[in-house]
Amino acid sequence: MDQFIQQMVNGISLGSIYALIALGYTMVYGIINLINFAHGDIYMVGAYVGFALTTFLHFSFFPALFISMLVCSILGIIIEKVAYKPIRNSTRIAALITAISVSLFLEYGMMYFVKAETRTFPALLPNKQINLFHTNIVLDIRNLYIIFVTISLMAILQYIIYKTKVGKSMRAVSLDRDAAQLMGIDINKTISYTFAMGSALAGAAGVLVGTYYNSINPLMGVAPGLKAFVAAVIGGIGIIPGAVFGGFFLGITETLVSAFGGSLYKDAVSFTILIFVLLVKPNGLLGKNIKEKV
Amino acid sequence: MLELQNLHVYYGAIHALRNVCLKINEGEIVTLIGANGAGKTTVLRTISGIEKAKSGKILYNGQELNSRSASDIVKLGISHVPEGRRVFSAMSISENLEMGAFTRSDKSQIKKDLDNIFSLFPVLLERKNQLAGTLSGGEQQMLAIGRALLSRPKLLLLDEPSMGLAPLIVKDIFSIIRDINKEGTTILLVEQNANMALQCANRAYIIKNGRIDIEGNAQALLNDEQVKNAYLGG
Ligand SMILES: Nc1ncnc2c1ncn2[C@@H]1O[C@H](COP(=O)(O)OP(=O)(O)O)[C@@H](O)[C@H]1O
Ligand SMILES: [Mg+2]
Repeated sequence: MDQFIQQMVNGISLGSIYALIALGYTMVYGIINLINFAHGDIYMVGAYVGFALTTFLHFSFFPALFISMLVCSILGIIIEKVAYKPIRNSTRIAALITAISVSLFLEYGMMYFVKAETRTFPALLPNKQINLFHTNIVLDIRNLYIIFVTISLMAILQYIIYKTKVGKSMRAVSLDRDAAQLMGIDINKTISYTFAMGSALAGAAGVLVGTYYNSINPLMGVAPGLKAFVAAVIGGIGIIPGAVFGGFFLGITETLVSAFGGSLYKDAVSFTILIFVLLVKPNGLLGKNIKEKV
Repeated sequence: MLELQNLHVYYGAIHALRNVCLKINEGEIVTLIGANGAGKTTVLRTISGIEKAKSGKILYNGQELNSRSASDIVKLGISHVPEGRRVFSAMSISENLEMGAFTRSDKSQIKKDLDNIFSLFPVLLERKNQLAGTLSGGEQQMLAIGRALLSRPKLLLLDEPSMGLAPLIVKDIFSIIRDINKEGTTILLVEQNANMALQCANRAYIIKNGRIDIEGNAQALLNDEQVKNAYLGG
């Protein structure tokens, strides 16, 4: 039982990372129907910005996290304006090819500047184990930090999306772009806000992972990017609670599978779940077909 | 107030509007009628800045609208109730109405206007926290009109507000349109229900295959043999 609870905490912590990245995929997809394959690389850039701030400028954890998020949101806006906006009305295959190109550009552009080797991320968070309520359950403080930061960011996102004018305009554009335009909503601005927020969350995930695993490299975004995409699809791409659910679901599943002897199979399990979900509920577990009323 | 001069609009290779000229004076109800696919919706979408004209001019109080963004056009006082209502189905009724006031920042005046909308459409007040997708067709049409009014339009564009509604509700909608006009809002009404539209309007244009075919006083067209045979079911 103790073992199980410890592993659950690890799973929630991994799931937090997936969920943070998955949110960006799903928000961008919700608003422009584009799978932003460069999203995992924004997460990588976030990790490097955090690395530079803490290693060279000796920032502490929270300021580094905040500035990384800011830099990534600006990067997200630039990527959209330069790469995606010109092809907004093109075919899906053109969009897909562009997204993959942006991804490769970020990966190998970064490699050019920082070299391909793995860097050691400074240990920003206390690497301390605590016993929960004097039981045998041992928790790693860093996991608690990850979970705390993730939940806080999700609460802020929830607030923005449901309570602010910017958030409501994002929802309106994703529900019906033409109708939103007729309300006087500026579509370009709204798309920029969406990229900014999604990228900021990915940047936060990058810093969190950097401090947790202490090592980063220019291709670190590939695997988590793919997993987070799977998480977004499992939950229902385009649906924000779906990304959160899918992220935690995948993180917990993978951790439990590894913990109980199946670490070689954890990726196979993830993709099997994906295929199964797509067969049974193609719109994702939280997806539904909204019927139009006449 | 609004003048379309020799407007041409294309969808790729499809020439949807050919040399459309149309004029709306302040305070009028003008109706644009015609068969399915004639180009009525395209006229409204071009006025609203969602489609761009290839050539021709859109003048609004002397100002050229062609190069303005859709959101500028809303700010200038033109509001558009789209075909098929297009309410934000997964947003609540109050949120839908809030979106209608998107371009405004005069909070206390918005609140007053919202109260007015609720007294015009009491059913919306009762259900203001419900998702718009759960409303009936007639209620959605009321919501779409209320939402459009919240931008305080001087000119209201209505695209087939009677589409798919029961006859009794169609009557309600038309009487609401007349009331809105009496309050001082100029109206361009697109309809397939030519009879009702001509009874409600001051002047009318009939569009056929992207061209304005006939124009004139609504009452006169209602009694015109040719119009009767072609558009009013004999
Ligand atoms: N998005 C579009 N793409 C291509 N053709 C379109 C599009 N919208 C309308 N059309 C065409 O333009 C013409 C006019 O359509 P529309 O303005 O919707 O007519 P109406 O509202 O009178 O039924 C039709 O032939 C229609 O097929
Ligand atoms: Mg139409």
